[in-house]
Amino acid sequence: MRRLIFILPLVLFAVLAGYFALGLTRDPSVVPSALIDKPVPEFTLPPLLKDGEGLASADLKGKVQLVNVFASWCVPCRIEHPVLMRLAKEQGITVKAINYKDKPEDAVRWLNQGGNPYSAIGADQDGRVSINWGVYGVPETYVIDAQGRIRYKVVGPVMPDEVERHILPLIKELQG
Amino acid sequence: MIPEIGHYALVLALFLALVQSVIPLVGAARGDAAWMDVAKPAAIGQFAMILVSFLALTYAFVVSDFSVLNVVQNSHSMKPMLYKVAGVWGNHEGSMVLWVLILAMFGAAVALFGSNLPPTLRARVLSVQAMIGVGFLLFIIATSNPFIRVDPAPLNGTDLNPLLQDPGLAFHPPFLYFGYVGFSMAFSFAVAALIEGRIDPAWARWVRPWTLAAWSGLTLGIALGSWWAYYELGWGGWWFWDPVENASFMPWLAGTALLHSAIVVEKRDALKSWTVLLAILTFVLSLIGTFLVRSGVLTSVHAFAVDPARGVFILLLLSVATIGALLLYAIRAPSMKMGGLFAPISREGALVLNNLLLSTATATVFLGTLYPLFLDAIDAGKVSVGPPFFNSTFIPLMVPLIAAMSVGPLMAWKRADLAGALSRLKFAAVLTVICVLGALYMYQGGPVLALLGVAMAAWAFFGALAEFADRIRLFRAPLGESLRRAGGLPRSAWGMTIAHAGMGIAIAGMTGSAAWMTERIQLMRPGDTTQIAGYELRFDEVHERSVANYQAKTSTFTVSRDGKFVATLHPEERWFPVARMSTTEAAIRTNFVSDLYVVLGQEQQGTGAYATRLYHHPLVPWIWIGCVVMVVGGCVSLSDRRFRIGVPEKKRNRQPVPLPAE
Repeated sequence: MRRLIFILPLVLFAVLAGYFALGLTRDPSVVPSALIDKPVPEFTLPPLLKDGEGLASADLKGKVQLVNVFASWCVPCRIEHPVLMRLAKEQGITVKAINYKDKPEDAVRWLNQGGNPYSAIGADQDGRVSINWGVYGVPETYVIDAQGRIRYKVVGPVMPDEVERHILPLIKELQG
Repeated sequence: MIPEIGHYALVLALFLALVQSVIPLVGAARGDAAWMDVAKPAAIGQFAMILVSFLALTYAFVVSDFSVLNVVQNSHSMKPMLYKVAGVWGNHEGSMVLWVLILAMFGAAVALFGSNLPPTLRARVLSVQAMIGVGFLLFIIATSNPFIRVDPAPLNGTDLNPLLQDPGLAFHPPFLYFGYVGFSMAFSFAVAALIEGRIDPAWARWVRPWTLAAWSGLTLGIALGSWWAYYELGWGGWWFWDPVENASFMPWLAGTALLHSAIVVEKRDALKSWTVLLAILTFVLSLIGTFLVRSGVLTSVHAFAVDPARGVFILLLLSVATIGALLLYAIRAPSMKMGGLFAPISREGALVLNNLLLSTATATVFLGTLYPLFLDAIDAGKVSVGPPFFNSTFIPLMVPLIAAMSVGPLMAWKRADLAGALSRLKFAAVLTVICVLGALYMYQGGPVLALLGVAMAAWAFFGALAEFADRIRLFRAPLGESLRRAGGLPRSAWGMTIAHAGMGIAIAGMTGSAAWMTERIQLMRPGDTTQIAGYELRFDEVHERSVANYQAKTSTFTVSRDGKFVATLHPEERWFPVARMSTTEAAIRTNFVSDLYVVLGQEQQGTGAYATRLYHHPLVPWIWIGCVVMVVGGCVSLSDRRFRIGVPEKKRNRQPVPLPAE
């Protein structure tokens, strides 16, 4: 009986290694979304900023745009923030946002600090809407076409490389 | 030519490591001194070859040899020299070379300075250490060769990530790896002892200095990393519970537990199988950290470029090392004799409590870090675990740990008198209450958690001093007598007092920054003034300048207090054209009690106004001062004479001296 205790670490590690092996077969940054090429889910979110716009599925039709899911407590969001700022300010791309499980005052402070690249921000405080979007973790960024369909999804921070290689070409293509 | 020499040396090192992992082990099993003695030249030769390889890579970076792919991807001819050198370990391949260099360095150190170890134990330790080396050298040569050439060579490189071009981060990896990899010594000693089937106080005495050295390096490495996050990321935060930070923090927690449980083995011959397990797990956690950072199973801001083949390889290495060690443990540990008995209220009991809390804390961080991975692996969806989880689980574990930290050292071995120990802490308790009242008065209340933090910090700090004062009979004996006693105390006692006091200082810093930070964010035009925490700041001007490999918008702020000039600060925004990234350089004015932290944000288009962020961080420098004090404590303890001469020597002299084989 006493021997079993000494075997326990080995068993636990074997389970862990199994998980690691499974984990290796997936790439956490490229998650295929079940919603790719489907219309965005129906939703309405209240605005985060007092004088700003909220976000609803109806707002995502009519032009090609990005929807970024962010939170003030998320470190990778800080990394991608300058990239989004440049996309919005220099490339003139409309970026809208879902603020995920955040305290509004923290999110507002965050935007005051780093700048606000978003033309509209919906506050998803309980994360319900994000679940419908298939959000796995923050940050995530979606490319939405003029018909309001999700065409592409980036999980994790949007890096300049990603923008050059995938996002900008896709937007150009969608804008036709 | 030089890169080829580096590559060749790496392959030679692999062969030496193979020899070193097999021959001494067989020699030790057969009692063949000549075979065992192979370990020493092999370990030194392996280190020398890896050093050659490392220097060759460094040379390629220093002269900007753009025919080497790794240099192209991570350097640029215009980069300052410091970052050319730091670029060697600022990427996956180069950092792995540094990793094995430090691994081999520890092996060579045992070969050179381990003459007081029993020959079979030394041979086995070096053999196990070489096995780890074989695995990682194979890994580098097969999947991560830093010496790959490109033809034709590009004219210039693509630059190192600008966030990494920073003095704090230039020195962060070497210290971090010193710690990470240094725990391999504890692992090798544990596995060797399991093969020998013998663990005694002498074993703990040999393991302790290596663990202590690794722990000190890791402490400094983590501190440098968090310091970098504090001033470079420009948000004033210093710890984000990011998976990669956690990857370095878990071995630190386990290593801290190991340091303490090894004391029990050394002094009381108890907790042996637990200590061996902890020695194995500490290094396994280091390996898991390496796996997490380099395999891409978790997303993190720090993660290296990801290649699935590497992930599979590291997982294999991790599994072979861990399963081998734990299997040996499962076979050998049950037959280990139980050591000295002790009552729950005793020094041993206090150290067991320390170990329980630290292991639980390690497990908590482990679960929080890997939970997203576990869920993903069983298709339960992807989640991210944020700081709220860690703060709400970690802090409650630290409170009893700190509370006990001051009491434990005052307890006697075997059976202690808790009331007596507490009564000797009455001055520390009074000072703690004074500190809490002082904090209450200065900040008009503030969050309750902050007062708890202050209490913990003061209790740890004054408790450490009280224990020291008690030992030297300060104020109870004449001062001369106390000083004489202090001089006569072993360095390890000094080390403990310093390290525990450093912990108190660091907690004060963490509390201060979490509870009483003030910030001010506004748009400012040159000429505007603003105020924060009693300081007045005037935004004087912004000018652009071009430096080495970046362009900067440098601003000038004049800081004054009550009309008196205090300092000028120059926060800037840097743009790195080659890497196409910008970084913010916060300007920090510190008086070692608080920091004034100014960040220049982006210009609001066409208005000439800049978003500026000002922070006042009370006590935050103490986080790093505390860490440095802890490291000093570790180093003082390392210089204890029993690690150099002391008991193991005497013990060996009593054993028959093994005769050379010929």
